[in-house]
Amino acid sequence: MVTNITNLGRSGLSDWLIQRVSAIILAVYAVFMVLYLLFHPGLDYATWSGLFSQTWMRIFSLLAFISIAAHAWVGLWTVSTDYLKQAGARFAFQAVVMLAIFVFLVWGVQVLWGA
Amino acid sequence: MSMLQISIYRYNPETDSVPYMQEFELDTQGRDIMVLNALEMIKQQDSSMAYRRSCREGVCGSDGMNMNGKNGLACVTPLSEVIKDNKLVLRPLPGLPVIRDLVVDMGMFYKQYESIQPYLQNDTAAPATERLQSPEEREKLDGLYECILCACCSTACPSFWWNPDKFVGPAGLLQAYRFLADSRDTATSERLARLEDPFSLFRCRGIMNCVAVCPKGLNPTRAIGKIREMLLSNAT
Repeated sequence: MVTNITNLGRSGLSDWLIQRVSAIILAVYAVFMVLYLLFHPGLDYATWSGLFSQTWMRIFSLLAFISIAAHAWVGLWTVSTDYLKQAGARFAFQAVVMLAIFVFLVWGVQVLWGA
Repeated sequence: MSMLQISIYRYNPETDSVPYMQEFELDTQGRDIMVLNALEMIKQQDSSMAYRRSCREGVCGSDGMNMNGKNGLACVTPLSEVIKDNKLVLRPLPGLPVIRDLVVDMGMFYKQYESIQPYLQNDTAAPATERLQSPEEREKLDGLYECILCACCSTACPSFWWNPDKFVGPAGLLQAYRFLADSRDTATSERLARLEDPFSLFRCRGIMNCVAVCPKGLNPTRAIGKIREMLLSNAT
């Protein structure tokens, strides 16, 4: 048993499950976006804005944002523990990644509900 | 028939400051011999060359090494299977400290094997005779018990290269599942609890290098998947 406190779910099992579930959500969101763009070739601002003014689309988008935040944290935490062997550098990298993810997430919420 | 060109990793910590590759030429007289036989012929040319070997038939697991970039047992690998352009490059198993030439320090590998407690644990009273298994229960151990601990798989695994102190590695995890799958073992939940952290088991990224190199044709990735399934069904 190896202890760690900087990974997302404190357990390898929960990180692994979060990674798999968030991947599925992101895949569904990506496929939806590609299909939407294909079916709206002459997309204008009003249609695009109309899509994101609907509550279900905001929920779907926020779900995707939270998924990408969790997915990125699990993935980049793994990369940092593989390649950054110096503890100080590793923690600094993790702190920067965590801050960036938090900023992007809050910014995403602002974009969805701000306009 | 041209001479076979063999390039071998040499390092003697008492005399060399850095490792180097030494070139040998070998006349195999057109025979398709095993890599170990070729090594023995080279040892006739240069007796300072060090490697491990014992049974020479793929049972003891002593002569695991990297042959033209792929891990395997020298004693059961014919030259025809590995040589490219009449050239053979022999290196020690990757990722483990080199003691000398092709001999590596397996300490970390054994420590991880020890961490999974590779012995039957049963807290019920011992029966008068042996603990019996049905043929179906015994069948679950096929593909698991055959491992000879040659370390070809774990030293082909990047996750083991980067975290040999924390990640159990494919060989250890195959054995972990061997005892999880054993109907006579009663320590299942304790065994699973030791593997639930982010490193011991979950550092496996499923690239299957272990499956590609196993000289016994075993599948550690499948065993790791089975342990994940057990952990998941216990925790959801």
